[in-house]
Amino acid sequence: MSVAVDELRGGFLRLLEAHATPPVPVAAESQPPGPAAENVVCQTVDPRARGYNLNVALLPSQVVAAAEFLDAHGFAIDTVTGVDWLAAGQMEVVYDYFHPSERMRVAVRTRVPRSQPELPTISRVFPGANWHERETHEFFGIRFLGHPDLSPLLLPEDADYHPLRKDFPGAA
Amino acid sequence: MLLEKTQIADTGPEGQEMFVLNLGPQHPATHGVLRVKLTMDGEYILRAEPVPGYIHRMHEKMGENRTYAKFLPNTSRIDYLSAMHYTHAFVGAVERAAGIEVPRRTEYIRVLTSELNRISSHLVWFGAFLLDLGGFTPLLYAFDDREKILDLLEGLCGARLTYCYYRFGGLCNDVDDEFLGGTRAFVSYMRPRLELYRKLVTDNIILRKRLEGIGPIDATLCRKYGATGPVIRGAGVPYDVRRAEPYSVYPELDFEIVRFPETDCMARYRVRMAEIEQSLGILEQALDRLPDGPFQAKVPRVIKLPPGDTCYAVEAARGRFMVRIVSDGQDIPYRVKLRTPSFANLSVFEEATRGMMLPDALAVMGSLDLVIPDIDR
Repeated sequence: MSVAVDELRGGFLRLLEAHATPPVPVAAESQPPGPAAENVVCQTVDPRARGYNLNVALLPSQVVAAAEFLDAHGFAIDTVTGVDWLAAGQMEVVYDYFHPSERMRVAVRTRVPRSQPELPTISRVFPGANWHERETHEFFGIRFLGHPDLSPLLLPEDADYHPLRKDFPGAA
Repeated sequence: MLLEKTQIADTGPEGQEMFVLNLGPQHPATHGVLRVKLTMDGEYILRAEPVPGYIHRMHEKMGENRTYAKFLPNTSRIDYLSAMHYTHAFVGAVERAAGIEVPRRTEYIRVLTSELNRISSHLVWFGAFLLDLGGFTPLLYAFDDREKILDLLEGLCGARLTYCYYRFGGLCNDVDDEFLGGTRAFVSYMRPRLELYRKLVTDNIILRKRLEGIGPIDATLCRKYGATGPVIRGAGVPYDVRRAEPYSVYPELDFEIVRFPETDCMARYRVRMAEIEQSLGILEQALDRLPDGPFQAKVPRVIKLPPGDTCYAVEAARGRFMVRIVSDGQDIPYRVKLRTPSFANLSVFEEATRGMMLPDALAVMGSLDLVIPDIDR
């Protein structure tokens, strides 16, 4: 199966449209707007400059649909990780995918509030994401809903801290 | 038997007694400090649950509290058998993000040292794998040959294992005639040795019976778990980062992506043995084409990367190793993610060994070529 980056991008845009959450009705003018359409990005990038071909930013509710979409196009799970944006009060979750036979890499990213870092698991689509999500959970405290076992993988089994959070002091 | 019967688990559905066996954390077959919790039904494995983390060092946190240059030596200590590739990925990520143009001579020397490192890594695997299977002699041959590579690389950069030879935009120092001559001599020395290995080991009927048809890991399983390197190529998929995400001067070099479609332990064995031969071919080409010129680009004293994230992947001896650097414009990385091949390759183990006999599972574990710090980081 051949995958062209523009074709993939088109497919992604249709997918994002189909899974878009209805805009949150703005009750009062003082309230911050809900997840806006500009939060969703799907852009092709130069792999020689960035190391991936397609950059997709979407809503936490769309990560499973994105995993299913990439699974159907023959992609393989590369890794899942987090980034703690302490100042913005957000946690970013990055899903990397590579293609075993095409020269194609996709980075899918989403952001969850730091106060309630929760999003659905993709381990049912890619069983290999199980360990990556477990690692992301222990390092960042990001909870993957529906994950079979979020016990620490690399940290001690009774670890109740999340060392890659920016407010966790490093030893050095 | 070094395995210890630790506890009686539940009784099985048909009144069969199941029990839990601990393989490791101190066991020769795990090649380091890895524990595998095996739920057994007699000699058969019902569930093999790897318990990694015993030598977790939090490299990624260390990456967030020191400069790029200070973190560089860390990368050679993740997979200590494949240090050149790992430092290559890290300097590559920084060079890519900073837009540093690397001299061609540098990239050729990087290919030379990386391929030497790949051969030495595969030789360790070869010896250790055969040792797992009960053959002691091949280890002595393999380590003898590997010693020649270690001597060459030691002469170049002083280190025998945890090399830190690459620098941002260049190298620690240029190669000398001793290294170039020694590498050429090694290539002509190694080819007949591979023939010897074939006669001594690969064609051995006992080895064949031990590995053929054992531990199938097919292309779909690799894709779903992100298994790469000789594991995915032993499933018939020609996936090699040197071709899939071209880096360095690999596009200029001619080599074959070795793959075997059988998906079993023997296929993974054959991939690595054939890769040694391909690496020898790459070494020859790189020696012939090594251009003159500087070995170090002009690089600012303090490296600050523009905000944003950058990935750089390399084909390490065990598979795809990727560094993701997230920068916020400071001289210290905001986030360093290390995507290691052994981690993904081990995650296949549970599904691949379900219902398998214990001795066969040890063969599968050996065929994955695990390096524990590469899993635990």
